[in-house]
Amino acid sequence: MNKQQLMDLYFLDARARLIDIAAFLDRIERAEGTEDFRMVAFRKAVGVLSAGNKQKAREVLMSFSDPTDKPIEKAHSKGACGAWPGEVKS
Amino acid sequence: MVSRTTDDYIKMVTAGCAAVCEPAFWAGFDRSSAQGFYDYFCQLTEHEPKRAAKFGLPHFTWLCINPKESEDVKLAEDVLAIIPQFLDKPNVLGIGEIGLNKNSRNELKVLEMHVDLAARHNQLILVHTPHLEDKLKGTKLIIDVLKNDKRIQPERCIIDHVEEHTAKLAHDAGFWAGMTLYPETKCTAARAIDILEYYGTDRIWMNSACDWGISVPLAVPYAALEMRKRGYSADWIDKVVYQNPIAFMKQSPRFNLPES
Repeated sequence: MNKQQLMDLYFLDARARLIDIAAFLDRIERAEGTEDFRMVAFRKAVGVLSAGNKQKAREVLMSFSDPTDKPIEKAHSKGACGAWPGEVKS
Repeated sequence: MVSRTTDDYIKMVTAGCAAVCEPAFWAGFDRSSAQGFYDYFCQLTEHEPKRAAKFGLPHFTWLCINPKESEDVKLAEDVLAIIPQFLDKPNVLGIGEIGLNKNSRNELKVLEMHVDLAARHNQLILVHTPHLEDKLKGTKLIIDVLKNDKRIQPERCIIDHVEEHTAKLAHDAGFWAGMTLYPETKCTAARAIDILEYYGTDRIWMNSACDWGISVPLAVPYAALEMRKRGYSADWIDKVVYQNPIAFMKQSPRFNLPES
């Protein structure tokens, strides 16, 4: 598909998702309290969108990922929260 | 499918699904003993195939203790000890979904035990890669384990739940790559097609999830519709959603579909 066809197919959906992200940021900033590591990672990932990289989805995923390469001592939970909190001492 | 209703079977058959392949999975809670897994494996190899057959859907399965329950190594050892008695059941395709969840030392040890079990019994391997922030590191650790066991043939392993940052890792190492389509996490249909455009259609498939959380059993048929919107030919779509899974699973002598 060419750019025109892809825009015809996906523009409105992407526009809606972008507005959702903007509204999410507004919602967070209106609320009381402090942001944690997840929002630090989120804002960094948003920055990827306006960079010149040709694989933005990959770069966004990389920015949320644990960059270390050694197994952790013990799994203290089963879930993932979506962003790497940094090194956690066991 | 053990957590889904018969309505899902009806929808899948109506949408043209030719078979269902169900990996052993975390139940949403930890089982308290190996006996609980024995019952689960009976469900996967005896009861669920009968339930699926009522809707004309062949049912295949994979056996393991899921990485989410792999922190308890003693329990894992007990569960692995009972798996061989199920490996000759007619719907068992191999060992899976094994892998990592939080990338811990014990999870890694249990993964190595599963890989050894698969190698000793010449089984196909289905690998679960971790969620979200843990996926990149976990995928690298899993590939290291598989590559370090010289008995393992990469073309007989599929590394599942790949995304844009891990698909190339799995593919370049010679493994099959699976893209699991979910509405909220993992991969959407549009992104899965993007990944196919980056890396091609060899040794890659996509699958729907049918678990106890938010998931869409018809995700693959919906992805086929998305491919049609993107202008792909019927042959291209058929290769990705049908021929590729068959090519991988046909490596098991137990994977046979009735003549259509």
